[in-house]
Amino acid sequence: MEKKNTAVVTVVGRDTIGIIARVSAALSHHEANILDISQTVLTDMFNMIMIVDISLSRFVDLAAELEALGSELGLQIRIQRSEIFDAMHKI
Amino acid sequence: MINTSEILQTVRMITEEKLDIRTITMGISLYECCHPDKDALYRRVYDRIAKQAEHLVKTGEDLEREFGIPIVNKRISVTPASLVAASCGDPIVVARAMDAAAKETGVNYIGGYTALVQKGMTASDRALIASLPEALSTTERVCSSVNVASTRAGIDMDAVRLCGEAIKDIAEATKDTDASGCMKLVVFANAVEDNPFMAGAFHGPGEGDCCINVGISGPGVVKHALEKEAQDQPFDVVAETIKKTAFKITRVGQLIAREASARLGVPFGIVDLSLAPTPAMGDSVAHILEEMGLEVCGCHGTTAALALLNDAVKKGGVMASSHVGGLSGAFIPVSEDIGMINAAARGALSLEKLEAMTCVCSVGLDMIAVPGHTSASTIAAIIADEAAIGMVNHKTTAVRIIPAPGKDVGDEVEFGGLFGRAPIMRVSPYSAEKFIARGGRIPAPLQSLKN
Repeated sequence: MEKKNTAVVTVVGRDTIGIIARVSAALSHHEANILDISQTVLTDMFNMIMIVDISLSRFVDLAAELEALGSELGLQIRIQRSEIFDAMHKI
Repeated sequence: MINTSEILQTVRMITEEKLDIRTITMGISLYECCHPDKDALYRRVYDRIAKQAEHLVKTGEDLEREFGIPIVNKRISVTPASLVAASCGDPIVVARAMDAAAKETGVNYIGGYTALVQKGMTASDRALIASLPEALSTTERVCSSVNVASTRAGIDMDAVRLCGEAIKDIAEATKDTDASGCMKLVVFANAVEDNPFMAGAFHGPGEGDCCINVGISGPGVVKHALEKEAQDQPFDVVAETIKKTAFKITRVGQLIAREASARLGVPFGIVDLSLAPTPAMGDSVAHILEEMGLEVCGCHGTTAALALLNDAVKKGGVMASSHVGGLSGAFIPVSEDIGMINAAARGALSLEKLEAMTCVCSVGLDMIAVPGHTSASTIAAIIADEAAIGMVNHKTTAVRIIPAPGKDVGDEVEFGGLFGRAPIMRVSPYSAEKFIARGGRIPAPLQSLKN
């Protein structure tokens, strides 16, 4: 498998105004480029998945800021290198 | 591109179903450390381990953060200490150096205070077995193992007797903590050289300078998959579901192993395809068996259920990793599995049933507490029975047994953390003393005419 520099951001929690704006701002602050985004709201539960290019980002700092943002907004925000998803679901 | 439901499935496996990497274990050869002088031996062993594993814990933590999956343990295994200490004659020096190096590198356990005596014992092997009570009561992180039997060599009954006595002495030396020293000793038949799991991990004589072995986990994920996809279905569906799940779990293990090996600049050894439970709710092998339709683990049918589980995990995992090794099978440690603890406490799971279960799975009578008055010869006889199962069936078996001082059937021992708690199990009151006193070797079994 070739070395990729993408990560998957998952956001789960109660819907409020400005979640996408805040998460996107954090990503751009760390020079992470959004490649793909999918979002659903089911009975007030907000679900978002972003694929981001983190070639220019420092993973540790970005992860820390997203985590802080998650606790501020009362949401679960996770960032994981995308290889773990490829490994599990692709042969 | 991976789709949304696959991403959410992975996230759910980690956050809700307790998917984790159980251990990254760095195997380190200590051959170069041999020295006849005690102080020099200590220094060489300490320096070798501390330098080689300097970045192990940090790398493990980085991987956890970046891939978003817990890596529960970072550990070290080393060349069997009886080989390294042979020229010095005092194995305890190696134990002290291992313990100090483990603390320096930040790993929680270090394995390899080991003697391989399936065919016979050297003076150094005897010294190591004799030193076990002191070694395991005065060090904190050192784990020990003794291989007393193999399919090719038979069973060394002198070593079996010595191990029975050592276990009693370790229990006595650590009686203030409910014989906790006994948790750090595994007596094996057909021990494997690349096992990443404690307490039985050691870096075998046939291994290279250094390698990374990874042990996976995930009983919770398997149970959840069965609930969702195989409710009331025939066993064909059960086996398929387990295989698919094991494949996914193992792929994550392979990924972490490859990344750890690349970042540490150390060759990748193996992925160990084991389902390792913890005492936490939702992380139990016994509950998988119960999900298949058993009222409680230990009832009739348990051995068949475990045989299916064990085989399906291997079939699913083998294709997911380039090198599979170690123990590779479902673990059934009584105190470390909430379903096993409950089954034993209800009286549904006996020592005899556990022995039968070890015929079809990895690895043996593991983390079993027995009454404190159990004699050394009875413990040795339990070891001999288990070794016979391993020897005849070409598989690894082991005994990790805790004769809890002052406790009897009806009591419980609390070990804490990953080690959990164990109800004291009944052992046969009849004596095997004369049997064990004979000594000598039980010859290796015939390899043909197998019926």
